[in-house]
Amino acid sequence: MESAEMFTSDEMMSIAAARQLSNNEVCFIGIGLPSKAANLARRLHAPDLIMIYESGTLGAKPSRLPLSIGDGDLAETADTIVSVPEIFNYLLQPGRIDVGFLGAAQIDRFANLNSTVIGTYRNPVVRLPGAGGAPEIAGACKKVIVMLRQSPKSFPKELPFITSVGFGSGPGDREKFGLKGAGPVMVITDLGILEPDPKTKELVFTHLHPNIEIEKVIESTGWNLRIADQLEVTEPPTKEELEAIRSLVAAGELPLAR
Amino acid sequence: MMFLKIILLRFTQRDTYIVCLTAHFSIMSDRWFLQGFGVRPLRQRGSHLAPIIPLSEAIGSLLNDGDTVALEGFTHLIPMSAGHEIIRQHKTDLTVVRLTPDLISDQLIGMGCVSKLVFSWGGNPGVGSLHRFRDAVEHGWPQPLEIDEHSHAGLTNRFIAGASGLPFAVMRGYRGTGLDGVTPTVLPITCPFTGEELRAVAAVNPDLSVIHAQRADRKGNVQLWGIVGIQKEAVLAGRRSLVTVEEIVDELDPRPGHVVLPSWLVTAVALSPRGSHPSYAAGYYQRDNDFYIAWDAISRNRETFLAWMSANVLGGAS
Repeated sequence: MESAEMFTSDEMMSIAAARQLSNNEVCFIGIGLPSKAANLARRLHAPDLIMIYESGTLGAKPSRLPLSIGDGDLAETADTIVSVPEIFNYLLQPGRIDVGFLGAAQIDRFANLNSTVIGTYRNPVVRLPGAGGAPEIAGACKKVIVMLRQSPKSFPKELPFITSVGFGSGPGDREKFGLKGAGPVMVITDLGILEPDPKTKELVFTHLHPNIEIEKVIESTGWNLRIADQLEVTEPPTKEELEAIRSLVAAGELPLAR
Repeated sequence: MMFLKIILLRFTQRDTYIVCLTAHFSIMSDRWFLQGFGVRPLRQRGSHLAPIIPLSEAIGSLLNDGDTVALEGFTHLIPMSAGHEIIRQHKTDLTVVRLTPDLISDQLIGMGCVSKLVFSWGGNPGVGSLHRFRDAVEHGWPQPLEIDEHSHAGLTNRFIAGASGLPFAVMRGYRGTGLDGVTPTVLPITCPFTGEELRAVAAVNPDLSVIHAQRADRKGNVQLWGIVGIQKEAVLAGRRSLVTVEEIVDELDPRPGHVVLPSWLVTAVALSPRGSHPSYAAGYYQRDNDFYIAWDAISRNRETFLAWMSANVLGGAS
């Protein structure tokens, strides 16, 4: 299908991610790219997506993109607000959440995520914010979708630190670590989509976004990337999808203060 | 009539009494009065009610150099004004406990108050880095910062254990991650019923836990609502606790989803309108997202940070 308009790779990434969320699914949302994609899905095919932010806001329906996981708009529009102990111990840990929707600074070929340090832990070159809710989201949600921009830095051969476990060092590791959820089912980038091989758990590049060259994907990956035998091209954004994301962005991320 | 220059503040968990502030005690009226704060009744003799005292005196009397202090509030109701008072009183060698260090920890670290940070997510939400935190970890400025790092779920469970009077809490987490092994307050434990390998996280019991709430009544009962985070557990885990509030009211009428902390669970209450800014207090003022964005530039280098602190915190009124 031909797209009606031009679009950016970031728009394609958000739209591709939004398409993965179904109406009425219970989705634990990280701030930033995942929050943008989930709110886009709510404006398109999933108006009743149940969004949970780790601040304890269950069923939040923000009118604009929140800057933080605790913005007032999330609290005011939520079905209910629970405490932090409740969200992690009663809702997340027992596996009650359908989809965990995460970003990260880095990912490796087994979909492990780093958001802690670049360099060594004791002597970091760049100290990143750290774990937050991500390790348990990655561990306990029934499935996990990851979003990040693809580059040699963000897709290194080896992670300096594993903040959240995808598949560890391969098949069987999630079971060994007692992680109850299925783990990452999809990694959506600005260049395409990766999915874990059912047997080896290694990420395979399965969808190339429109107007992206496969060489660019290979250059942007720090390991010897496996590309699917039948590589598909992501369906370009529809007019409706593009209008929705542009109006979402135009509305601004800032529920103006005071 | 006889006056004794003495005031008693109760240390909730130790249930001991110490002499720590100057006030007038009137035997005739059998009530406590705080010097310089009018004739507000501080405490009925024999009661366990939290006195309402000025913030400067609360920090002065409840927090010592070298203490472990929790400053809680999950994005909402962050006790900023209490943090500023800690900075003004030049408290040093503190261990600060906070799930999301946020701007207040960035300021405490940059001003040299903190030698150790116990935390689970150290960023400026939606904006990026906490530059003063990064400068301390990456370059040891203004002093080296020891870290005890967790996930939100892990530090949450440390507060739960502390609030429960238990030495540790049990959870499913950390296994396979880099934190397992570098954080000494996380250790393996085997379930005695199922044999499942889990993780024990050590209780945290701060010397002082500080939270901000919307309101208190004149007896020191505290009410908060909206995103309530880990505040109740932080207060219960603390050996002492201080609640700053937006206002003091006669009656705490119920609010949806509210948390009420009875006065007898709180050590002291201090009035501090807009005490959470640039965080927010639902029903009072909104989160100042513009300031969170502005903080990125203010805090990015040492000089602009120090100049801002000097103009806005050290020179400011308490």
